[in-house]
Amino acid sequence: MRVHTAMTTLALAAVFVAWPAGAQDGDLARGQEVYDRWCASCHGFDGAGEGPAAAYMLPRPRDFTGGLYQIRTTTGGELPTDDDILHVIDEGMPGTTMPGWQDQLSRADRRALVAYLKSFYPGFETFGAPEPVSIGRAGRASEDRLAEGRMFYDSIECWQCHGGLGRGDGSSGPTLEDDWGYPIRAADLTQNWRFSGGGSVEDIYRRILTGMDGTPMPAHADLIDAGFMDEEQLWSVAHYVRSLSPERVPRVREVVRVERREPGEVPSTVHDERWEDVDSFYIPLVAQIIIEPRWFDPSVNTVWVQGIHDGEELALRLSWSDRTRSPDPEWSDFQARVIDVMEPKEGDPVEPGPLPDGITLQFPTNIPDGTERPYFLMGDSRNPVYLWQWRSDQEGVEAATAQGMREIQPLSGRTIDVDAHWEDGLWQVVLRAPFTAEDPRNEVEFEVGRPIPIAFYAWDGDHGEEGTRGSIGSWYFIHLEEETPAAVYVAPLVAGLFTVGLGLFVIARAQRRERLSSEANGHEEVSTTTTA
Amino acid sequence: MQGTRSLIRIGAPALLLAVAVACGDDAPDGPPPGTPAEMPFDEGTAGDVQGSVVFEGTPPSPEPLDMASEPDCAAMYDETPTRDLIKVSGDGQLGDVFVYVSEGLEDMQFPIPEEGTVIDQQGCRYIPHITGVMANQTFVLRNSDGLLHNINARPEVNRPFNISQPVNMDTERTFAQPEVMIPLRCDVHGWMISYVGVVAHPYHSVSGDDGSFDLSTLPPGEYVVTAWHSQLGTQEQTVTVETGEVAEIAFTFDEGMLAHADVPMADPIDPHDHHHPLDVRARRLAQDGHGTHEHGGHVAGPMGPR
Repeated sequence: MRVHTAMTTLALAAVFVAWPAGAQDGDLARGQEVYDRWCASCHGFDGAGEGPAAAYMLPRPRDFTGGLYQIRTTTGGELPTDDDILHVIDEGMPGTTMPGWQDQLSRADRRALVAYLKSFYPGFETFGAPEPVSIGRAGRASEDRLAEGRMFYDSIECWQCHGGLGRGDGSSGPTLEDDWGYPIRAADLTQNWRFSGGGSVEDIYRRILTGMDGTPMPAHADLIDAGFMDEEQLWSVAHYVRSLSPERVPRVREVVRVERREPGEVPSTVHDERWEDVDSFYIPLVAQIIIEPRWFDPSVNTVWVQGIHDGEELALRLSWSDRTRSPDPEWSDFQARVIDVMEPKEGDPVEPGPLPDGITLQFPTNIPDGTERPYFLMGDSRNPVYLWQWRSDQEGVEAATAQGMREIQPLSGRTIDVDAHWEDGLWQVVLRAPFTAEDPRNEVEFEVGRPIPIAFYAWDGDHGEEGTRGSIGSWYFIHLEEETPAAVYVAPLVAGLFTVGLGLFVIARAQRRERLSSEANGHEEVSTTTTA
Repeated sequence: MQGTRSLIRIGAPALLLAVAVACGDDAPDGPPPGTPAEMPFDEGTAGDVQGSVVFEGTPPSPEPLDMASEPDCAAMYDETPTRDLIKVSGDGQLGDVFVYVSEGLEDMQFPIPEEGTVIDQQGCRYIPHITGVMANQTFVLRNSDGLLHNINARPEVNRPFNISQPVNMDTERTFAQPEVMIPLRCDVHGWMISYVGVVAHPYHSVSGDDGSFDLSTLPPGEYVVTAWHSQLGTQEQTVTVETGEVAEIAFTFDEGMLAHADVPMADPIDPHDHHHPLDVRARRLAQDGHGTHEHGGHVAGPMGPR
C-alpha cells in the first residue's frame, strides 16, 4: 500500500511539475527508470554528461542540460525532433562509445527515454523543435558531380579541419575543442562507417547543411541562402565526401592473403606500383584496456594490410590514418589536453612530451600446429612472440622477442628492410624480410601454404600514446600463396580426357548392344540406319 | 572553462524558464509579438548616465598572436598582432567594458533598433571585440577576410549557432533572450573570440579607448548599472536618474582582479544545489523523497564503467 502511494505521488509529481509537450502517461517515470539504469553511468543522473564512466571517454558523453544535439534533421542551433533523439538512441553514435539500443530496449522504453531526456532542458518547452529541414534528393554520384564536390570542398575550406584528402589532418586540428572545452578531432572522412550521424550521402548532406551542435562543425545552410552555392552543389560535396570512403563497410577477414610473385618481384618501397593491384585487408584496432596503464581513447582504429612474397622474401605494406606525423610541435598542446582529460591515470604520471608514432607486428615464435596462439598482448613466458617494431623517430625496424608487454628483449636476427612515408594524414610502412630465420630459436620461419598468426599494435604519439597506451588488435593470419604446381593444370586435363573417353566408351557399348539385339530380332533396316 | 560552464548551465535553464514565463512562447527567430513601436515613456522627462572606466595598476603586456596557420591574415600586419584582452590607454582608461542597466527597467518594453549592428571579421580578429544588442535585434556577422571563418556562438540561455563563412559575406542573426555575455568563437582560428551582450532594452554601452561610456535618455528612476570585463569580472553601481540631469559614475578595475581564473559570464550557481526552485527535476525528486545521491548504487549496465 505504501509503495502504491509512493508511486502515485511520483506519478502526480511528474504530471504537475514537469510535463513536456507530447509526453504520454507514465513516460517520464518510466523514462527515468530506464535512464538511471542504462544511461546514467555515462551521462550522469543529472543529465550533465558527467557520469562515473565519462572521464574514460573522448568525446565525452553528451550533456543534456544545455539542449545541444549533434544529430538532427532540424536547422543549425535548433532543437532536435523526438524522432531525431530516438534515432540516436536506436542507432548509437558510431566512432564514439555510444552504443545503439534498438535491440536492447523496447520501443516504449526508448520513447519514454526521449521524453525524459527532454526534461533535462526546459528549452524544449520554451523554444520547441522546428520541423525537419527538407533536403531533396541525393541524385547520382557521377564523375562530374564528384569533381564539382571536390571543388566546393576546397572553396568552402572543409580542408581547414578535415585535411586535403579528408583524413582529419587539417591545420586547425590542434586547437579544436567541443563546447565543453574538451579536445575534439575532425572526422576522418575516409571512414564513413565511423561517422557519428551515419555514413550515407543523405546523412553527410544533413551534417554539412545543419552542422553538429556542440562541436566545431558549422552549418552551411547560410551559404545557400546567400547564393554562394545551391543545394545541388552541396549534394555534390556530400557525394564527394561519401566517395572518400569504401563503397561498403569493410569486412573483417581473418586471413590476409600474401600474393605470390615471380622471384625478385617483392617491393621494398611504399610507392612501388606493384602494390596497386594487391588486395588490401581491413584490420580494426581497439583500445588497450587490459594491462595497466590502460588507454581508452585510441587514435588509430584501422590498419590496412597488403602482402607480396616470392617464395624467399615477403613484404607487407601497412597503411593507416594518423592526423599527424608525431612528434609534431604544433600538436603538443593538443596532446597535453588529451592526457589531462583522459582517465584512468594509472602507473607513472604521464608527462606530455614529444612521442613518436609506431606500429608493431607480432608473430608467434613458432607457427602453431593447432589453433592455440600465444597470449595476444605480446605473449607470455610459456608462449613467447616475435616482434617487428617500427617507430617514426628511428631508422629501420627493431626486432624483438616478448613474453608479455613488459618483457620485450631486442633481437638481432634477419635483416628487415623498411620504407615509411607520412602524407596527408596517412602513414604507409613497408616491411620486407627473408623467410629464413637467422636466429630460428627466436624468429619465426615464414612458410608458404601455412596460416601464420599475426597481430598489430599501433601508437599515435601526438595523442599521448606510448607503451601499453595504444591500439591493439586480436590475432589474424597471413597466408603466403603457394606456387601453382604443374599438377594443378595437368589434373583437370587428365580428368577431362578421361570423362570424354568414358562417355565415348559408354555410347559405343550401348550402340553395340542395340545392334546385337536388333540383329537377333531381324530388324535389319533399323540396325543399318543406326550404323550409317 | 568547464567548471564555470557547468556552473552556469544549471542556472541557465532556470533563468530561461523565468524569462519564458515572462515572455510567453516567443519563437527565437520571429519578430517578438507585442513589441512596442514607440518609447514607453516621455523622452522629455529623461536624464543621462555617463561615466568612465579606469584600470589601476600595471596591465599585463599584450600577448603576441601566432597567425602562422593562416598566412593570409598574418600578412595583413606589419608588426606581430597582439591579443589585447586588457585594453588600457593614457592614464589607465579601460576600453572594451560592457556597461548596461541591469536593474530598474523590468516593467518597460522598448522598440528594437532596426539598424544592424555589425560584428566584422578582419585580419582574423573580431571587430569590435565587445558588442551590445537588444534581444531580438538583428545583427550582422560579416566576413571581410574572404577566407574561412566559422562563427560558433555558445550561449547558455539562448539557442546556439555555428555558421560557416568561407567567403566575403554577411549573415544575419538574432538572440531571443537577454544574456550577458555570449562568446563567439572561430574554430578555424583558435585565437579569435568576441562577446555579445544581449539585454532587454537599449541602455547598454561599450567603453571606448578613452574609457568612456554613455547610457543616455533613461527614464527618471533608480537603476543598477553593471560593468562587465572579460578578464576582470563584473561590478555594479546604483545610480539615480533625474530629468534633464547627467548622473556621472565611474568604475575602477585593478590588477588584483586579474586573478579570475576564468572568463566570467554570469553569476555562478552551485551545481550541486538541486533544490533551486526552478530546477524541475530536483523538485520532482525532492517531492518523491529521493535526492540524486541515492542513485549512486545503481550504476550498472552493459556499457557501464569498464
